[in-house]
Amino acid sequence: MTGSGTAALRGEDALLRVEHLVVEFGRGPHRVRAVSDVSFDVMAGETLGLVGESGCGKSTTGRALSQVVPPDSGSVRFDGVELTELSGRALRQARTKVQMVFQDPISSLNPRRRILEAVAEPLAMWRVGSKAERRQRAEQMLEAVGLDPGVVGRRRPTEFSGGQCQRISIARALMLEPKLLVCDEPVSSLDVSVQAQILNLLDDLKRSHGLTMVFIAHDLAVVKNVSDRVAVMYLGKLCEVSSPDDLYRSPAHPYSEALLASIPQVDPASGHRSPALSGELPSPTDPPSGCRFRTRCPRAEERCAVEEPELRPVGVQHYVACHFPLARPAAPAET
Amino acid sequence: MVFWVCAAWVGAMVLLAVVASALPLKGPNFQDYSSVNVGPSLHHLLGTDDLGRDLLSRVLYGSRVSLVIGFASIALGLVVGGTMGLVAGYRGGVADSVLNAGSFVLLAFPPLLAIMVVEAFWGRNLWKLTLIFAVVAAPQLFRVIRATTLACAQRDYVVAARSMGATTRRILLRELLPNVAPAAASFALIGVAVAIVIEGSLAFLGLSISLPTASLGNIVNSGVQNGNLQANPFIALWPSLYIFLLLTALNLMGDRLRSRYDVREVNV
Amino acid sequence: MSPLDPRRFRRAHGPEFPPSESLEGPLLEVTDLHTRFRSGAGWVRAVEGVTFTVGRGRALGIVGESGSGKTVLTRSIMGLLPTTGVERSGTVCLSGHDLTAMAPSVLRHLWGTEMAIIFQDPGTALNPVVRVGRQVTESLRKRLGLDRSEAHQTALALLTSVGIAAPEERMRSYPHELSGGMRQRVMIAIALACGPRLLLADEPTTGLDVTVQAQILDLLAAAQLQRSMALVLVTHDLGVVADRTDEIAVMYAGRIVEQAATADLFAHTRMPYTEALMRSIPQLADPSHTRLRAIPGRPPDLSTVEPGCRFAPRCPYVQDRCRAQVPPLRTAGPGHRFACWYPVSSPEGEEALARNVAAGVPAAVAFTGAPERRP
Repeated sequence: MTGSGTAALRGEDALLRVEHLVVEFGRGPHRVRAVSDVSFDVMAGETLGLVGESGCGKSTTGRALSQVVPPDSGSVRFDGVELTELSGRALRQARTKVQMVFQDPISSLNPRRRILEAVAEPLAMWRVGSKAERRQRAEQMLEAVGLDPGVVGRRRPTEFSGGQCQRISIARALMLEPKLLVCDEPVSSLDVSVQAQILNLLDDLKRSHGLTMVFIAHDLAVVKNVSDRVAVMYLGKLCEVSSPDDLYRSPAHPYSEALLASIPQVDPASGHRSPALSGELPSPTDPPSGCRFRTRCPRAEERCAVEEPELRPVGVQHYVACHFPLARPAAPAET
Repeated sequence: MVFWVCAAWVGAMVLLAVVASALPLKGPNFQDYSSVNVGPSLHHLLGTDDLGRDLLSRVLYGSRVSLVIGFASIALGLVVGGTMGLVAGYRGGVADSVLNAGSFVLLAFPPLLAIMVVEAFWGRNLWKLTLIFAVVAAPQLFRVIRATTLACAQRDYVVAARSMGATTRRILLRELLPNVAPAAASFALIGVAVAIVIEGSLAFLGLSISLPTASLGNIVNSGVQNGNLQANPFIALWPSLYIFLLLTALNLMGDRLRSRYDVREVNV
Repeated sequence: MSPLDPRRFRRAHGPEFPPSESLEGPLLEVTDLHTRFRSGAGWVRAVEGVTFTVGRGRALGIVGESGSGKTVLTRSIMGLLPTTGVERSGTVCLSGHDLTAMAPSVLRHLWGTEMAIIFQDPGTALNPVVRVGRQVTESLRKRLGLDRSEAHQTALALLTSVGIAAPEERMRSYPHELSGGMRQRVMIAIALACGPRLLLADEPTTGLDVTVQAQILDLLAAAQLQRSMALVLVTHDLGVVADRTDEIAVMYAGRIVEQAATADLFAHTRMPYTEALMRSIPQLADPSHTRLRAIPGRPPDLSTVEPGCRFAPRCPYVQDRCRAQVPPLRTAGPGHRFACWYPVSSPEGEEALARNVAAGVPAAVAFTGAPERRP
């Protein structure tokens, strides 16, 4: 099976370079390729937004980056080191530079451990500094995420709200001074009014700690807000890679367009939308041949069933994997 | 609150059993023919049986057998079965499948019969019985702990620990064990109660520790034979009451423990 | 006559409700509804004095976050509350009949036939050990007295009408064999089976993919149109209600804080909470890296009672009066009610905001996008 291709890769100096990543689950007839030959890169200081719906493989991709889910094949090159070749202690050490923030903030904290301990845990694990120093750094980090260590330190996660737990998780993730932060749907299970707080917080921390981020979400509006670059996934493959503004103004892949059209607009005066995407997601154990999106694509033709499209450029830093991409508007669209 | 009352009661029972020999009581087998079938009185707080033996003394010494077999066998089963459950639940793979299948095989044997058969071949003293009980209990504890571990291992904090570079050992001890322990403890406490009942039943049938060593079950047994039930119901009453209170306390403890720790997770 | 035509349905038991054609007045009238639960810490006041009406065939959106009481509200209206530890007061009238005064045995007959509810998580709302087909036909047979083959045919037609392809196969499947979107469709089919006049949809699309969400919402809109059914759509997502409802009510801490016709709510927002909510949501039309105007603090804890307006701790316009007195619902225009002492776009509101910004109140500062000071 050919992959989405490596056209979107920019250069050897990227902080994270993923090539031909494949992750499979299950055995026999239930074997699923959650991630099918995906290649992308992230430059230092950039935020890559990985967006797609359920079953597209974005979460699995995120976990494969720090090798928490070991890839079946492909390469993950982080800061010049090939992570897939590491094992044992070397892998565990390399992992410290790639930290994750999860979707369910309360489940990402050990319910039996007090907050201050939980935040200091990464340092304790690697025996960094003395106990007092670890405690102090944990307190500083809690303050940096907007919590008062005196108030929250001695309590347990169950006493806190989702938003607060997410702040604590973020604090913990930053303790080992990672270079790459992988956020897997960090705001999806939070209240609307709290989401903005966490997004702002991530933005602030990214700048103050010089982080590079991979932001995984299903909400295109959120992804657009935080990312420098967006990659759209469908059923384990990359459909489109571009800058967020470009993606919104002129989506090239029919799936991207359908995603944009499906998003409910808050302003009721924004006008009539094209009808929603029809059909159901195909079974991941038996994906359609050729282009996986063809069963729901309004533009599908014979070629789509035979030949799988690879990523190719359609604009400045704008790549799409489609045989019949949408045309770009002739004049720059008003936003 | 209830939990602590029951724990205090169990603790008191254990303490009494331990210091029984230091107490100013006649020995459990000391037969005083001048005070046969005496009711509760100052000299004999619980009365005496048909051979003039002090019932309080017999009950306390008898409780030693029940308590040792109950607690020691479960503790042993917990250490062996529990550790295997923890590792199997987290690691999965071939080892897990094998252990799982093995536990099913062991669980297929009806416990009471299995114990009777083994002790018929092997003989019975306190330690052999404890070992047999432990072997019967281990697969159950294995299954409970494995199931709890499986549930906990899916949670994000375990993934988080791995991504921070934790070794498997650290994850098992620091992340999983504290979360599995409450469920394991509550199940174990109820397991102790069950073990005590089984031992008591075996003793009642005369298949536990051989006479004349007192065991709660065989005190009850002697209390219903030879017309003792009509002559001196206290012989059968005190050990039965003791077992009843002990079991109630253990069950309540196990139940309270479970509800305290389960509910926290569910509410969240 | 189509198998789904409401005129085919004969009520098997229960009170006779006047047919919709002869209905005068609103379909649903909720008056001063209060619901509270007993919890370890005292009373949790989930619904505090909610009053609204829904006309026949109209769609009302109820928007709120966690702690707003919106889920308890839908269950209060249906009467689906636990029997102990709950107190409910106020009235709920459906077609003029007071549901709160009805005995549970009588009320039960109305569920499904006059009013139906669909829940947030279709995975847990469907019985996992019963085949889908039986779950759909169950209510048809019990409520409407249809026999087995009639119920089967009707169920097939229902599943097709909610957009499920190959309905025969799906009838024989178990819920876990279906995707989230399909399960939600099945739930909708079950809810619509007996032709209710009112459908309460409690977060029907939360947790579903956005493309599936659009399909489900379209489906609800179509069903509403075909059956002249009233819809109460409860959600935390303002976008979902923005163009699928006639009216929107915004809930906060168990109260309705603003209610208006949809277009009016967005064009002439009065309640600071509504305004702040709209501003804090990332918009697709904004360029990337737009700084979001976050609302500081957290949604309120319903087990505590605070004097004054519950939004005061987070409000950019807050003044002393807000902390002392609960603002009553006032009218701003036809069909537009709000509860605020210093509403948006009013002279006293603007003044209040300016004063707060000058004083450095965190909510006001965050709201106007001025550089934040550390709390």
